[in-house]
Amino acid sequence: MGIRFILMVNKQGQTRLAQYYEWLTLEERRALEGDIVRKCLARNEQQCSFVEHSNYKIVYRRYASLFFLVGVDNDENELAILEFIHLLVETMDRHFGNVCELDIMFHLEKAHFMLEEMVMNGCIVETSKSNILSPIQLMEKTS
Amino acid sequence: MGSQGGIGQSKEFLDLVKSIGEARSKAEEDRIVLGEIETLKRRLVEPGIPKRKMKEYIIRLVYIEMLGHDASFGYIHAVKMTHDDNLFLKRTGYLAVTLFLNEDHDLIILIVNTIQKDLKSDNFLIVCAALNAVCKLINEETIPAVLPQVVELLGHQKEAVRKKAIMALHRFHQKSPSSVSHLVSNFRKRLCDNDPGVMGATLCPLLDLINRDVSSFKDLVVSFVSILKQVAEHRLPKAYDYHQLPAPFIQIRLLKILALLGSGDKQSSEQMYTVVGDIFRKCDSSSNMGNAVIYQCICCVSSIHPNPKLLESAADQIARFLKSDSHNLKYLGIDALGRLIKLSPEIAEQHQLAVIDCLEDPDDTLKRKTFELLHKMTKSSNVEVIVDRMIDYMISINDNHYKTEIVSRCVELAEQFAPSNQWFIQTMNRVFEHAGDLVNIKVAHNLMRLIAEGFGEDDDTAYTHLRSSAVDSYLRIIGAPKLPSVFLQVICWVLGEYGTADGKYSASYITGKLCDVAEAYSNDETVKAYAVTALIKIYAFEIAAGRKVDILPECQSLIEELSASHSTDLQQRAYELQAVIALDAQAVENIMPSDASSKEIEIDKNLPFLNDHVERAIEKGAQPYIPESERSGFSNASYLNSQDLHDIPPSHGLRFEAYELPKQPSVPLTTPPISIGSSNELIAVPEPAYDRGNQAAVSVPSSSNSGPAEVKLRLDGVQKKWGRPTYSSSSPSPSAAPSQDTVNGLTVSNGATSVTPAISKGRETTYEPTRKSQVVEISPEKQKLAASLFGGSSKQERKSSLGGGHKTAAKPSGGHGAETSVKKMAVPAQQPPPPDLLDLGETTVATSGPLIDPFKQLEGLLDMVEPTSSTNNHGDVNATKVPDVMASFGDTATAVEHGGNHFSSIEDVDNLMSGLSSATTDVSSDGGIATPQSTAQISKGPNLKDALQKDALVRQMGVNPSSQNPNLFKDLLG
Repeated sequence: MGIRFILMVNKQGQTRLAQYYEWLTLEERRALEGDIVRKCLARNEQQCSFVEHSNYKIVYRRYASLFFLVGVDNDENELAILEFIHLLVETMDRHFGNVCELDIMFHLEKAHFMLEEMVMNGCIVETSKSNILSPIQLMEKTS
Repeated sequence: MGSQGGIGQSKEFLDLVKSIGEARSKAEEDRIVLGEIETLKRRLVEPGIPKRKMKEYIIRLVYIEMLGHDASFGYIHAVKMTHDDNLFLKRTGYLAVTLFLNEDHDLIILIVNTIQKDLKSDNFLIVCAALNAVCKLINEETIPAVLPQVVELLGHQKEAVRKKAIMALHRFHQKSPSSVSHLVSNFRKRLCDNDPGVMGATLCPLLDLINRDVSSFKDLVVSFVSILKQVAEHRLPKAYDYHQLPAPFIQIRLLKILALLGSGDKQSSEQMYTVVGDIFRKCDSSSNMGNAVIYQCICCVSSIHPNPKLLESAADQIARFLKSDSHNLKYLGIDALGRLIKLSPEIAEQHQLAVIDCLEDPDDTLKRKTFELLHKMTKSSNVEVIVDRMIDYMISINDNHYKTEIVSRCVELAEQFAPSNQWFIQTMNRVFEHAGDLVNIKVAHNLMRLIAEGFGEDDDTAYTHLRSSAVDSYLRIIGAPKLPSVFLQVICWVLGEYGTADGKYSASYITGKLCDVAEAYSNDETVKAYAVTALIKIYAFEIAAGRKVDILPECQSLIEELSASHSTDLQQRAYELQAVIALDAQAVENIMPSDASSKEIEIDKNLPFLNDHVERAIEKGAQPYIPESERSGFSNASYLNSQDLHDIPPSHGLRFEAYELPKQPSVPLTTPPISIGSSNELIAVPEPAYDRGNQAAVSVPSSSNSGPAEVKLRLDGVQKKWGRPTYSSSSPSPSAAPSQDTVNGLTVSNGATSVTPAISKGRETTYEPTRKSQVVEISPEKQKLAASLFGGSSKQERKSSLGGGHKTAAKPSGGHGAETSVKKMAVPAQQPPPPDLLDLGETTVATSGPLIDPFKQLEGLLDMVEPTSSTNNHGDVNATKVPDVMASFGDTATAVEHGGNHFSSIEDVDNLMSGLSSATTDVSSDGGIATPQSTAQISKGPNLKDALQKDALVRQMGVNPSSQNPNLFKDLLG
């Protein structure tokens, strides 16, 4: 499958966006988010951006106060996922202009729409920023 | 658009988001969300909510669920919103339902209809929104409802729709491959889509399909290669670039696909070499993304049919990763090393220090990856160090998932490479002690079998020694608090069987210990059962030996307690114990022959000893026994217990006839042995009346029965790992095999042992500069560790270079050789002597000053020795001849020292000598101190060689050569 979930969490450990590509119940999500956020937030800058967690890996990257965590299968290319996070941030940056935590909070649905364009069935399907953003721009124009 | 919220967002919403954002604790956040739930519950039932307002409510519901609370009360409103005509609202509705519902939720049925409608929409954005929902919400049963439309959309004029349609099809394939098996050709077709986005997306399902069935996609190799070539040559639109790299995500996926297609397929692989080599060369190695692509190339290269040139580039890149300061790159380097090591085992040696650095890094991720690598490169020469490290690490972590994984690796390695039984038992003790609950019970059975049967050689004293040492170690451990159940079972069994065997411990001492165990773990019935059975054995051996049995008071009270136990199993055992104690020596000898645990038991499934009884019963009018399989009309229920044991096709369907009368008692009496005989792991041999559910049925002789009263581990399914004949075959991993026939396709095989010393040397020198800079700070412990981890392979090298002629084309270039020599001579001067880590003994002292590091020096020796033998590789250089070679070589070196034209004189000898020649050159130009030293080393050749060989022996056996493992020794050095 590749990507299992994408999380955005601030440095207090509060979830800002969560998208799962395999179904988990509310309790499972809560437990998982608690576990991995604790794990990742405890690490320092020099350490690997990858953490093994039960039978998959988490690739994470920090932007100011916001952590991006992506859960991937073991055969995924970790470094590519790390750059995928950056691509996501660049895309949001292009749309929101100097994106920050609050932008995502106020426009949660748009952040999700971007993810919907980029990832389907746990696979990265689109990496061209203009392709990712054009449906959202069209939507904004019509409504 | 700033962070102040968009147009049309209400103040209420903005306030909510702000208060969540400002919440300083989880508790505060929870309070806000709970309040919000109450508000929304009230608001959502209000009539006539404006649509925009409703959309906001839906997003607030999303917030509630995201923060971990249930918002199911509002799901229906999200479903309703998918019906809306406004695109933005519709898409928000779809988004919310995909976040809220799983594909089996009852509300899905309300959405399928909407999806069907939307898939037909003229507005391509609506179609896209519906396709997104299809990917998340359609399950196996609803696939047919949308499949025709999705297939139709594959030909849609908008590329965004085609892309999403192909992904919907991918999803169907994931859910139910059979539903789209007739549509696979569509994936192939979309690969040629003229929109690169669609093509890139199509690679996802193709990767999955190829993963399942490589063979039917071999024809696409050419297409994939040409696509990759075009991508790498920047032929895709600029929009796909990522930091000037051409569509790296597509490149990575193509490389994954090629790795699958080229695996074990020479012909396909050959088509890929050029393009992969190009990417290696061109890829920007300064960015993360470039390195991600390079890493994927390495993965590909190590998967497809090996190509020496590509392997070399891969090795270069790995070296770069490992040398990097970035932990991410080191991590990838270690991973890549683990992949490449299967093809070129010698590569690990170049990076030994980098690997050890990673192993000792405080970063857990890196450490684990390194353990993974070590696991791949374990062989009998380094198994002790590696398993030791693994266990230390295992003890230090809390994560049960990883603990289990590392335990199973330890056990696997220990079983495969154990240098001695003693070591194996000690290792297993540590594993059981610290992670007994995570170990498969089979491992415990294996250990018991090993202690019972030994290594398989016929030396009785070795047996006894092994058993006594096991008993000793268990008596030491037994007092420790909270031992895992599995471990206690092993301990009890071994103490019962062998506790008193060598006469070192008295029966009362052992029985006392066993009673302590039964008492301390009084709520573990299995352990108690093992303990009681052990008691039975101890007493039986005492009686059989004609000694008087003194039953300890605590033992007596234990027996009494257990005779009244709620567990029938424990009761039975307690009564048996009492019965055994009452017997005389003769009878005991019969039912409990000493040391019978390793004897095979023949089982006659026909149970002939019952024949008389059966005949008599039949004469009295009993019905003859009909095997269960031949019985008809037996109710299904009565098969329940036996279905998994017998191959009876279960008869389904209802039964309408009346049930038969109950069977005569003789029938059930004869059935159990059959089922016992086919039970899985333990064969509880003869008691027909014995409780079959008894898991702890090890060695409980029943005095009420006349059969051979014994229970034995059944091991026919277990891989024989200890006997001599299977030892070598049980180590299939390439790094384990002492002799390598081919190494990345370059080497010429040379009988039993052909290695590529020159190649690996040549490569090693390439990296010398960095190593030089590292070497200065290396602590003696690290070197020691390096020697014990990687030492084995360098020994192999040496062995082959001394043993037989080898021809290799690679020649270390003069420049590198010079660097090597500088390092070798320069380092010792700065380094205090580490503790004696290689068994060079007095030789070291004699040849070099006290400041010289023996480790480094050994390396120097390697280089010296090796070219020497290659100069004579036209003939057979056998061990006896080496001294001459050494001597003649010594002359050469002296000549070099005297003459100014050393280069020309050496070039005559052999290409391989060039490394050495420059070494000597450098040394002599450095000053007079070093040169005599090297000459001295050389003239001491024969002695050193002996020391080296001895050392190699020790390393490869992992134990002292004189100790108890001649088999292993022979296999390795053959």
